[in-house]
Amino acid sequence: MASHGIKDRVAIVGMGCTRFAEHWDKGLDDLIVEASEDTFASAGVTKDDVDAYWFGTAQSGMSGITLARPLQLEGKPVTRVENYCTTGSEALRAAAYAVASGAYDVAMAVGAEKVKDSGYQGLNAFPIPNDGTARTLTAAAMFSMVAPAYGKKYGVGEDELTEVLARISWKNHQNGARNPRAQFRKEVSTETICASPRVAGRLGVFDCAGVADGAAAAIVVRAEDAHRYTDKPLYIKALSFAAGSGAGLIDPEYDYTWFPECALTAEDAYRQAGITDPRHQLAMAEVHDCFTPTELVLMEDLGFAERGTAWKEVLAGTFDRTGELPVNPDGGLKSFGHPVGASGLRMFFETWLQLRREATPERQIDTDRTLALTHNLGGYPGEMVSFVSVVGTELG
Amino acid sequence: MLYDEGNATTMRGIVSIAGYVPYRRLQRSAVAQVFGTGGGKGSRSVASHDEDTTTMGVEAARLALRPVPGAGPDAIWFATATPAYLDKTNATTIHAALRQPAHVAAFDFGGALRSGTGALRTALAATGSGTTLVVLSDLRDGLPTSADESAGGDGAAAVLIGDETPGTPVVAEYLGGASATDEFLDRWRTAGDRRSKVWEERFGETRYVPLGTQAWESALKASGLTSEEVDHVVVTGMHGRAAKALARKLAVREGALSDDLSATVGQTGAAHPGLVLASMLEAARPGQVIAVVALADGADVLLFRATDALASWVPAESVADQVAGGAELPYGKFLAWRGMVTPEPPRRPEPQRVSSTAAWRNEDWKFGFVGSRDRSSDAIHLPPSRVSMKGGAVDDMEPVDRADTEATIATYTIDRLAYSPSPPIVFAVLDFDGGGRFPVELTDVDPDTVDIGDRVTMTFRKLFTADGIHDYFWKAKPSRAAGRGGSAAAGA
Repeated sequence: MASHGIKDRVAIVGMGCTRFAEHWDKGLDDLIVEASEDTFASAGVTKDDVDAYWFGTAQSGMSGITLARPLQLEGKPVTRVENYCTTGSEALRAAAYAVASGAYDVAMAVGAEKVKDSGYQGLNAFPIPNDGTARTLTAAAMFSMVAPAYGKKYGVGEDELTEVLARISWKNHQNGARNPRAQFRKEVSTETICASPRVAGRLGVFDCAGVADGAAAAIVVRAEDAHRYTDKPLYIKALSFAAGSGAGLIDPEYDYTWFPECALTAEDAYRQAGITDPRHQLAMAEVHDCFTPTELVLMEDLGFAERGTAWKEVLAGTFDRTGELPVNPDGGLKSFGHPVGASGLRMFFETWLQLRREATPERQIDTDRTLALTHNLGGYPGEMVSFVSVVGTELG
Repeated sequence: MLYDEGNATTMRGIVSIAGYVPYRRLQRSAVAQVFGTGGGKGSRSVASHDEDTTTMGVEAARLALRPVPGAGPDAIWFATATPAYLDKTNATTIHAALRQPAHVAAFDFGGALRSGTGALRTALAATGSGTTLVVLSDLRDGLPTSADESAGGDGAAAVLIGDETPGTPVVAEYLGGASATDEFLDRWRTAGDRRSKVWEERFGETRYVPLGTQAWESALKASGLTSEEVDHVVVTGMHGRAAKALARKLAVREGALSDDLSATVGQTGAAHPGLVLASMLEAARPGQVIAVVALADGADVLLFRATDALASWVPAESVADQVAGGAELPYGKFLAWRGMVTPEPPRRPEPQRVSSTAAWRNEDWKFGFVGSRDRSSDAIHLPPSRVSMKGGAVDDMEPVDRADTEATIATYTIDRLAYSPSPPIVFAVLDFDGGGRFPVELTDVDPDTVDIGDRVTMTFRKLFTADGIHDYFWKAKPSRAAGRGGSAAAGA
């Protein structure tokens, strides 16, 4: 795919993130105010210093006014962004490009979602009038088709695959247990994970991301201005995005063992950032672990493991917080839940903490690498949007 | 005589016929196991939660048309006592699912149990009126433990009726018929009522037996036949006692009384005369005489003679195979599917109503399961697309019909969380023979038996109902090889 990238032209200079939880006592406006005020403080600016805003929310509101009203922004250009579960990442991408273009000096991305006001578990899409022939499956069911296909293609037995998926869930709960912002803060044994009630296919409750409310935000400026706001900016090395055509759903050649959109955006992001060996160059990665098979397959799509080998690497602990390449050190969607508009920015927030060595000591990654990746997807196998970013603490 | 029947110059009769018996069976003994009373012996057929009289009618019609690919109807008549819609014609849905052109008329014969036989007789008598596809369908039940609940059944039949032409031979010539009509209250249901009510059983019997005898004798006389010349006959009607009593009085040869399917399927109301006619014709030999006697607010008799063409007519799926191939349904599920009990639904939003305009724009896709094939790359698109996924050609597509194409399961899953009128949803990614992939819900299936590589067949179903609008679309069901079974109620 053709992209020029904006490597080292834009920097993140302030971030904030609420705790992700079932915030029965907080509305969307509360979450927005909390994440935004933390972010203004982090960058040492006021709302008036920000020239333009991009607000990501999938279903909690429409138009930029959903952000402008609670923050009482006066006459600012505020744009609402929606792109399935990559909504939060897309808000940041738009803000970064706005700064890189020279249109604005300071831009802000805010992502927020109030999920727990619906009265239902899980995420529920806005109904758009249609002919009644579209699928009505849950995301869990759609992603559950990945595991058996992967096992069959690479000769991984059912029990072994169950162990692999449980290991992913176990790892993310281990990480989440140490993170004060996570929704779930308990370690969970693999026995408990394997014994959990089935939701779809062979996926149990513990194979699925939680559902939570939350918000996160970031302020971006031109890289040359970054040190006016912070001593430790995060430079944007790559931003890649692709929307699939949906052909995977109706193309008999698609085999449900990989996500082409994700592989494409990873390749593009690495090219923008000049990364040739992600597994050995990245300090960490935040990936879209909506379901455990998703994270498994992503390890291959993102180039962290050769095709057909990620399951062995998972069992070997390669992606543990103390492993060779920590994946989802904050606990991932598994521990945080998935307030759609906020998740992408929550991933950036973890790179912000880890690369600046501001995570609490018990969970700070010990590494001298300076690059981190975030990956965020939306949709289903065969019909997906994918986002990959690389950020780093050093220029060049 | 109502009509000038038995025209000597043009042979009119049945060009093709099929019954449709839904897959599920309720063992009547299950009723007493729950309530301590009710039920009885044998089984009854049960329409799936995603079936109604319209979808069952579509399935019967597809089966009837399959053996005679060259024979298109000039009209579709649909008769049921349990219509999915009032005001709106249900036959138009069948018309759409069969992908019939606009000039083919579609009419409902509504309300009364007798409307099924009435539609058949009217079409049979109308020599020179072209080919009519008569579709009969019904869902029968009553309150738990009632006689109607056990004796009733669900099913459909489709009879393609026409004049003999060189391309479309008649497999059973209509010899003539007769009716005897009387106004008496034996069984009734007012609009909106959930159950039928009946008068004291003895009264109906005293009316039906003489009326049936009268119609029987009139029909034989009009056809120049005697009772001894009838090879297969079934007396049918919701008044089982009257039907049995009349059958004893017909003076037919020993063995001529055929299985009325009451032990295995139950009485399928407006559909039953067609269903037993299909069953008898499938078992008949050329030259044999077949009779149906239907008791409903009087009596109607139809007489046929199987022609030589019957020998080369092969039913797509015989009634006998369908009866043998069913699988048992727990009584609780039966009550839930009939709305007699309301189990806790999944904690998910209920689906919204279908958009009438969107459904109309996509009529061929939604009702006919017609996709598109890119002429330049051959890539098949389900649903149809204007731009090709291979090569990107724009507006260079031709329609491709996949409703009658078998498919293989590429992968599948079971969704225990999604909204369904009867969870869980079994869902599979299908690869169609000859090309095309589509992810779709499975039905008439035991979740534990699904596997990659299984063969499936498309079936027309109702996905849900919202705001009174039925969402009709296609699902897939396991392909069940014709001839399977042999022992009644296999899987029961």
